[in-house]
Amino acid sequence: MDAVLLARLQFALNISFHILFPTITIALAWVLLFFRWRWLATGAASWLSAYRFWTKVFALSFALGVVSGITMSFQFGSNWPGFMERAGNIAGPLLGYEVLTAFFLEASFLGVMLFGHGRVSERVHLIATALVAGGTTLSAFWILSLNSWMQTPQGFEIIQGEFHAKDWLEVIFNPSFPYRLAHKLLASGLTVAFLLAGVSAWQLLKQRVQPHTGAVLRVGLTLAAVLIPLQIFMGDQHGLNTLKHQPQKVAAMEGLWETERGAPLLLFAWPNEQTRRNDYAIEIPRLASLILTHEADGELRGLNEFQGAHPPVAPVFFAFRVMVGMGLAMLAASWLAWWLYRRRGWRPEELPRPLLRLLAWMSFSGWVATLAGWYVTEIGRQPFLVYGWLRTAELASATPAPTIALSLAGYASLYLGLLLAYVMVVKTMAEKTAAAEPVAPVNFNRRVAA
Amino acid sequence: MSAEQWMPLVFMALMGFALLLYVVLDGYDLGVGLLMLGASDADKDRMIASIGPFWDANETWLVLGVGVLLIAFPKAQGVVMQALYLPIVLMLMGLMLRGVAFDFRVKVQAEWKPLWNRAFMGGSLLAALAQGWMLGRYVTAFQPGGWFDAFALLIALALTAAYLLLGATWLIMKTEALLQQRAIRLAKRAWPLLLLGLAAISVATPWLSPTVRERWFTMPGFIALLPIPLTSALALLALRGLLNSSRIVGKLCWAPFALMVLVMLLGFFGLAYSLYPYVVMDRITVWQAAAAPKSLQFILVGCAITVPAILAYTAFAYRVFWGKAGELSYA
Repeated sequence: MDAVLLARLQFALNISFHILFPTITIALAWVLLFFRWRWLATGAASWLSAYRFWTKVFALSFALGVVSGITMSFQFGSNWPGFMERAGNIAGPLLGYEVLTAFFLEASFLGVMLFGHGRVSERVHLIATALVAGGTTLSAFWILSLNSWMQTPQGFEIIQGEFHAKDWLEVIFNPSFPYRLAHKLLASGLTVAFLLAGVSAWQLLKQRVQPHTGAVLRVGLTLAAVLIPLQIFMGDQHGLNTLKHQPQKVAAMEGLWETERGAPLLLFAWPNEQTRRNDYAIEIPRLASLILTHEADGELRGLNEFQGAHPPVAPVFFAFRVMVGMGLAMLAASWLAWWLYRRRGWRPEELPRPLLRLLAWMSFSGWVATLAGWYVTEIGRQPFLVYGWLRTAELASATPAPTIALSLAGYASLYLGLLLAYVMVVKTMAEKTAAAEPVAPVNFNRRVAA
Repeated sequence: MSAEQWMPLVFMALMGFALLLYVVLDGYDLGVGLLMLGASDADKDRMIASIGPFWDANETWLVLGVGVLLIAFPKAQGVVMQALYLPIVLMLMGLMLRGVAFDFRVKVQAEWKPLWNRAFMGGSLLAALAQGWMLGRYVTAFQPGGWFDAFALLIALALTAAYLLLGATWLIMKTEALLQQRAIRLAKRAWPLLLLGLAAISVATPWLSPTVRERWFTMPGFIALLPIPLTSALALLALRGLLNSSRIVGKLCWAPFALMVLVMLLGFFGLAYSLYPYVVMDRITVWQAAAAPKSLQFILVGCAITVPAILAYTAFAYRVFWGKAGELSYA
């Protein structure tokens, strides 16, 4: 295998592993703030118990996010030195603002949030928790701004082959950024919603119910049921935006080779890049045109118009179907479960076991949809690194292939081990019967005696 | 001086500042990780409790340091990153293992805890050695050859010894009773290692690098620079003296750590003087490597606002956990 492909695989592996954890912490931080606030407002011990349990999951996810994020910061330089040399004037400041405004904020107040109870007042503790939550979201803001700029670059000029910023507001708020940011934040919310519901369902199945299990299940299902229609709407908007700016990505998603009016929606097919046609296609006539142009015989541009400048078709095509399929499964599962739960008067022990099993299975469904979505958008940007301007292959590092292969193997085994350990530990924690932990009286303004 | 001239210097200073803070701050917590070898289970928990609230933010200084290299000196970062590719991978793996072990070791079933303790110690050692190795390669501009590798190995060991001492003096400050006594014993054992390492570096660096030799050993610079090695030597001697004093278990428990920070600070100034104005020794200066003025300007505004804020809330976090380390528990 050549060095460019290895460098891409390595970067993809790292970023795939990394994104799993921010996807959890971005939304979970806000959920924790909600639990804490409910406890302070109602004094109900179940909310404190929920906060304590899910703080542990948060701390674990955060640690994995931090360490894999540090790796990312090095790999920009070590894998794509050409990218930083030519686009560094744009990418650098955006990454810099992430570190300066978000990274330090989260990391510094995390200590106070996790271990500061009894050392600071409830008010300061709540502020620290809010700052951690704000930090995680701000971090997503900057990273997605840079990612979106690479997809839909604007606000720059090129001087002697290097990008120079002309208007920073145009760079930051580039055309695909609002859509991508909203899509990602919703994805994080859904991932956490299904994790909350799935872990609670698991506790019910295993008879390891904790004081908060029923309440957390309700929060998870409600969040999922509300967010999933929003996400489907947002995904559609994001798709329309992509059609406008990156038509070949949409053509790959749809498996559309020839430009045509009234293009069909492919439920399944095997895109064949040798023959440049689809094998084994099962299609619904005109539906792709209807969805993307809102007209039954609207024109969609096919891949053949972009020969040599379109992404590999099969991975984008399949990843898109995995994402959409997962989204529809989430819609069905969350609405069904929420409706049943409500009909049983929010009594978790009366929920049917098959439903609980389904929710437990879907604990990490958000990860699958998130990764599939990222593969659509990132593989869909190829062969460019900065869409339309810089090709990935020009920017790779001169590091010899065996060196990359060796470190790739090292990373892959480490990540596999860490991922297994993470899932096992979440399971272990879920199954631990809650030891009777003392509930301190609420004292909002004063330091609680340590 | 025009903006094109002074802005790269500001970023050079910021990068140095971030890396100095990183080496001191993550240095003590990596050192504590190394010192866990042979500690009892209860001591291990207490040692981790002394660094638990801080390590996350400590490591962020590394991200800022690398970030400034990436942002402000895009034309040097490729050279540096590719020359250090493998040690970077090793360091990252060490940091990863250690960072996740913080959480895993207390959350897994009991039979797995020793494994994660080992991951914590092993990760700390791997990160410390890799960082020292990189520093050694960096100072000699990545030149190939056996002597340069030997020099990098020497720095790897010396930096690890420095981390050991930082960790031990941190524990003297943050712990009590038997654990504190153990920390004092370990500090005494690490002290000659660091002294040996520093002495060897002081001989080897000018011998290997004509630029460094010329800068340090010509008159009148030699006289002007004398305070740096002299103060370092005095600080190290004072530190050794303090380790024998009974006062460090009481009021003066902070003094050994403060002296170690002073030693690191002086070492940093010595290094900065040797390197300036190169980002890659003898090859690329800060001005040659700098990003476009407009980009530097944009990020400089951000730095001017956020860096003081970061320092302020870092100080706040340290104040919240001031004093001897207690039990570490959530909620």
